Amino acid sequence: MLKQLRPALLILAIFTVITGVLYPAVITGIAQVFFPYQANGSIILKNGQPAGSALIGQSFDDPKYFWGRLSATAPFAYNASASAGSNLGPLNGVLTQTAQARIDALRAADPGNTALVPVDLVTASASGLDPQISPAAAEYQAARVAKARGLDIAAVRQLVAQNTTGRTLGMLGEPVVNVLQLNLALDDRQLK
Amino acid sequence: MNINGILQIVVYLAVLLLLVKPLGLYMARVYEGENVVINRALGPFERLIYRIAGVNPDEGMTWKTYAVAVLVFSLISGLVVYALQRLQAGLPLNPAGMSAVSPDLAFNTAVSFMTNTNWQNYGGETTLSYLTQMLALTTQNFVSAAVGMAVLMAVIRGFRARSSQTLGNFWVDLVRGTMYILLPLSIILAVALVSQGVVQTVADYKTVPVLQATTYQVPHLDAAGQAVKDASGNPVMDTIALTQTTIALGPAASQIAIKQLGTNGGGFFNANSAHPLENPTAFSNFLELLAILLIPAALCYTFGRMVGDTRQGWAILIVMTLLLTPFIVLAYSAESNGNPRLTALGVDQTSSAIQSGGNMEGKEARFGVANSALWAVTTTAASNGSVNAMHDSLTPLGGLAPLAMLSLAEVVFGGVGCGLYGMFIFVIIAVFVAGLMVGRTPEYLGKKIESYEMKMASLCFLILPLMALDATALAVVLDVGKASVFNPGPHGFSEVLYAFMSQADNNGSAFGGLGGNTVFYNLLGGVVMLFGRFWMMIPPLAIAGSMARKKVVPPSAGTLPTHNALFIVWLIAIIVIVGALTFFPALALGPIVEHLMMIQ
Repeated sequence: MLKQLRPALLILAIFTVITGVLYPAVITGIAQVFFPYQANGSIILKNGQPAGSALIGQSFDDPKYFWGRLSATAPFAYNASASAGSNLGPLNGVLTQTAQARIDALRAADPGNTALVPVDLVTASASGLDPQISPAAAEYQAARVAKARGLDIAAVRQLVAQNTTGRTLGMLGEPVVNVLQLNLALDDRQLK
Repeated sequence: MNINGILQIVVYLAVLLLLVKPLGLYMARVYEGENVVINRALGPFERLIYRIAGVNPDEGMTWKTYAVAVLVFSLISGLVVYALQRLQAGLPLNPAGMSAVSPDLAFNTAVSFMTNTNWQNYGGETTLSYLTQMLALTTQNFVSAAVGMAVLMAVIRGFRARSSQTLGNFWVDLVRGTMYILLPLSIILAVALVSQGVVQTVADYKTVPVLQATTYQVPHLDAAGQAVKDASGNPVMDTIALTQTTIALGPAASQIAIKQLGTNGGGFFNANSAHPLENPTAFSNFLELLAILLIPAALCYTFGRMVGDTRQGWAILIVMTLLLTPFIVLAYSAESNGNPRLTALGVDQTSSAIQSGGNMEGKEARFGVANSALWAVTTTAASNGSVNAMHDSLTPLGGLAPLAMLSLAEVVFGGVGCGLYGMFIFVIIAVFVAGLMVGRTPEYLGKKIESYEMKMASLCFLILPLMALDATALAVVLDVGKASVFNPGPHGFSEVLYAFMSQADNNGSAFGGLGGNTVFYNLLGGVVMLFGRFWMMIPPLAIAGSMARKKVVPPSAGTLPTHNALFIVWLIAIIVIVGALTFFPALALGPIVEHLMMIQ
């Protein structure tokens, strides 16, 4: 037993240095040199100033913006320093109440729209920070956003398409629309 | 379900199986001490480690010495992780100013990481300093994985040995597994993940403005920190304007690479691989998924090669794959069908070219239901435990699939090393039962299986039901246990059952609604994890020690071949019967009742 104590202590100490210090340090070095944008949080710059992250969603409830997924982070939605899902089970009454509240808000902002609501608009994402929605969820909102901004719907759809990412290699993942980048693009277009 | 989802699952399994032989061969050569490219460069450094540590790399260990070395190393590891959490407030690399972790949570987390479980009762970005994440957690991610692989090597040498007393040297296996297998793979994966957008920095959290300013409400607190209530008893709320948000960052990619490869699973962020900075794209998701099963799958080939008969390894890999696939299909189809309660509200859950559809609660848009279901099943098959969707929000049958994988005792791929030596326990039971049926002494790889081996195997497969079911029973009768349950009804029972099965299996994933960070769950869970790890580890070493001493019996007409289709089917049957019969009553009370409630 005591004979094994020395190698145990020393090998743990050596590997703490190699895997706990050198390895993260080397990866940090490579990351900061070759991928500085990604390694620091994919921060979007607008006129040289940070305007959010391309990978972190934000909360929207203004009709002129596209809305994202629901978020269950505390104490406010899309809290990027405390990621969390709702953890609501499928039969939990709170799940249906939350979904109904979102449906009501969507309908109130867009009275004429009678289409079925795409599921990702009424459910909370796993991280609470999901930056994206499905193209179906964007299309559901396109007419409302166009009307609120006095834009042609074709122009809005064009911006949606520009901010849509297809499946990787035509196969992996799902097609998605980045909500924050789309909303920034909408604001930019109106300034011109 | 749609064609694209099925295609993604098929491509995933195909790429995984293609990598088995090259990686398996490489690992066999590493552990056999043969020349691989990397040890020409690092060989002098490896020998320096042995010299500093006072290890004679040529000295073989008996099974008892090997077991003692494993236990001493794990105990010291646990103490270091505990100490770092308790002292982090006063240590450097703590830009977010995290305070010391409470003793019970620090105990749970220390056990969790030394046992390769990575159960998370802590929230990464709200509890731990960068230093704790790096020194304590990243280090344990490497070495606890390397310990599992080392024990597997000892067990394999026991099967292979001819009248021998020793099973190799633990320190050598530990050092080689870490330096030549886990580190190089992690470096490649970490850089690939950063390229996709996983963060890797030691800078402070980043505050950015929000595009649309909003407000939120929090309870108004009085001077004593108590929520103030108005005349009618409702809490008084303060409205706070939100104009900016703080994004948690950190050296994440380096930790995520090894947490996936080493079947660890403890995320850098609370939301684990659902967090967009931990798993930002469909491609990063594919790589992380691949890393979950890569080493456990390849070790099957390593085993076959080391015992001189690769057919033995392939047979076991086929058993694992055949047990995995139906549960992926079950989870994917259940999640695709969505939630009838939402359909009733006028929600569109159909799958189409422009949406994944299905049950999207607790899932990320970029992954959809196909990748979330695939991940849920692979992470519970291997004892990885990372998640890219919240398992608590899965449909009843979607949640049954990971629970079923947990009930198969983590031998379907399983943890790195431990999955395969767990599988050997079932192989021994399978050849024993087959031997009883035909009245012959059972054999495996030319060694007789006798009463000592069977006693040890029985000890192993009893531990999971003993720990998981008894702890669940205790928690659901005690008020301290019930107080943490989040969802009402059978789903709440599933939360508790899942928690203890996950910890007994050293998996680490959770039905996350359960408020696990209480003294009761921290302590009971810690004990369950300790038994789940070491009670599963010592008997296989004892079996290996006994097998090593035995002579090899030449195969005869009465020998049951352990590499053909008949044996594959037989082994699957034994695993399913043992696992399913043990846990079916508990599963019936949780997800099965819930499913019946949902469809009525």
